[in-house]
Amino acid sequence: MITLLEARNIGKRFGGLQALSDVSLTIRKGEVYGLIGPNGAGKTTFFNVLTGAYTPDGGEFVFNGSELPVGKPHKVVGRGIARTFQNIRLFRELTALENVMAGHHIRTKAGVWGVLTQNRFTREEERLTTERAYELLKYVGIERFAEVVSKNLSYGDQRRLEIARALATEPQLLALDEPAAGMNATETAQLKLLIEQIRRDGITVMLIEHDVKLVMGLCDRVAVLDFGKKIAEDVPAVVQRNDAVIAAYLGGGKHAH
Amino acid sequence: MNELAAAVPWLGKRNPMAARWLILIIAIVAPFIAWQFGKSWVRILDFALLYMMLALGLNLVVGFAGLLDLGYIAFYAVGAYTFAFLASPHFDVHLPFWVILPLGAGFAALAGIMLGFPVLRLRGDYLAIVTLGFGEIVRIFMLNLNYPVNITNGPQGINMIDPINLFGWDLSRNIQVTENFTINSLFLYYYFFLLAVAASIVFIQRLQISRVGRAWAAMRDDELAAKAIGINTRNMKLLAFSLGATFGGVSGCLFGAFQGFVSPESFSLMESIAVLTMVVFGGMGNIAGAVVGAFVLALLPEVLRDVAVPLQQTLFGHVLLDPEVLRMLLLSLAMILMMLLRPAGMIPARARYSHDHHLSNKLKQGGAK
Repeated sequence: MITLLEARNIGKRFGGLQALSDVSLTIRKGEVYGLIGPNGAGKTTFFNVLTGAYTPDGGEFVFNGSELPVGKPHKVVGRGIARTFQNIRLFRELTALENVMAGHHIRTKAGVWGVLTQNRFTREEERLTTERAYELLKYVGIERFAEVVSKNLSYGDQRRLEIARALATEPQLLALDEPAAGMNATETAQLKLLIEQIRRDGITVMLIEHDVKLVMGLCDRVAVLDFGKKIAEDVPAVVQRNDAVIAAYLGGGKHAH
Repeated sequence: MNELAAAVPWLGKRNPMAARWLILIIAIVAPFIAWQFGKSWVRILDFALLYMMLALGLNLVVGFAGLLDLGYIAFYAVGAYTFAFLASPHFDVHLPFWVILPLGAGFAALAGIMLGFPVLRLRGDYLAIVTLGFGEIVRIFMLNLNYPVNITNGPQGINMIDPINLFGWDLSRNIQVTENFTINSLFLYYYFFLLAVAASIVFIQRLQISRVGRAWAAMRDDELAAKAIGINTRNMKLLAFSLGATFGGVSGCLFGAFQGFVSPESFSLMESIAVLTMVVFGGMGNIAGAVVGAFVLALLPEVLRDVAVPLQQTLFGHVLLDPEVLRMLLLSLAMILMMLLRPAGMIPARARYSHDHHLSNKLKQGGAK
């Protein structure tokens, strides 16, 4: 299998807190890779470092064979990594469609001159952007809300919209930060179908999730973080039986009573 | 224009085409109506148009990109002084209008970038304080750069600035049509400024409904998320500052030429606040709002001057409140009332950031199934 992303000895410290220490992991092309761990284990920090929101104290990411730029989110997106947020962060005043159109920003080119003169290139690009954004809304199943201002969408639809917006950046790796948080069983089941569809369409998915059933049913491989360290990495069935993992989740090993 | 038309009460929703024509007709006949009340009212309308341009430019920065700028008038000053330097006896340089206008716009844009760089990481209140300082710095420079080398002529300002000259057509001269019918120069300026405002509206609307406008809106709504979808927020902020400043610079050039005189006192903090008030009053992030806000608030003090003074004299026998004091009082009161009653401004129409006309049709067809 081809390696898509390789994290090498990633470290991140916040004051006295070592949020990530020497985290190394490898994500293969086409898989769904789960990143789990108790609260505060450093999962979201890992996402933030990966996507350039934070600068790591040490280590590097190799994506598609070359190193990722550090601390430059827009360049990371340009390389093909998109993310969603744990607490939904949509562009509240924009419609669902416009949110996704904004997601196309990095794959489009129109500049001020083209916009002011409305030349053929700009008009054509705008038309394509609109159409592709609409297709993406359809893809995640919320096209009927295309013209609804995003802050007025229901919670589950906002989550979907966020995924559509991330997909609009045409990523090779989609990093989802707790996409099922706050969803009911039906919504979670639909989300599972959506992620499976995304994988079938050739996009590698990295998933932070607390819903164990979802993680186990969806992920090809899982890494477990605890106190900023990777304590396990394997297929879900194996990780589930790992002593260190059980200890991390239940607070103490099987001998600690 | 669409947005403006839609904002016309009653008619706007029923018949946008008629509303458009109505706006056009009002814009064309306005100076003739003003003329009936005296020459000074046409002059006031001319200034209202300049304020409109300022409000449109500031709206781009504050409303579209969400960058609160309290020093916007500095760019107006840069434009006005550029014109004064390059077309007055002060340095004895007299460049043609069409040369100075892009220069003024360019210098203002440069000033916008100069302001933009140090404030890239600031938001909200902090940004407001730095921009306020920037506005004051520019004004104080204009005030004090008369020594040791006299550049700005200090508090006296620069006088006898050349009027606008469009390829040999001097706008400051009245046109004598027949013996007892002349077109006053104020009308010429009015229509020229009207064209400038119309062009500004077209440009700004195109910007708003575009890749650039969406990126600004995204940045305004959630900067972190904007970065996470690949928007280079640094560049987009600098772009907003410089483009916004460009409109200020152009407006300043026109102001300098129209007034024939510039001095630092025209560019005080109160002017920055007045322009911001126009934007907020009309409806932030909204082109029609900026236009209406500028029109209402530019006219208000003049109406006060004409109405409040005689009214007070008849009521109390003498003038209790100076119109200038009354202006600030009423402006503040208007703002407080707006915040309480219509926090989104007079025209809180939702701005659009995409052409979704054909999509709307698609959706309607989908719904009919």
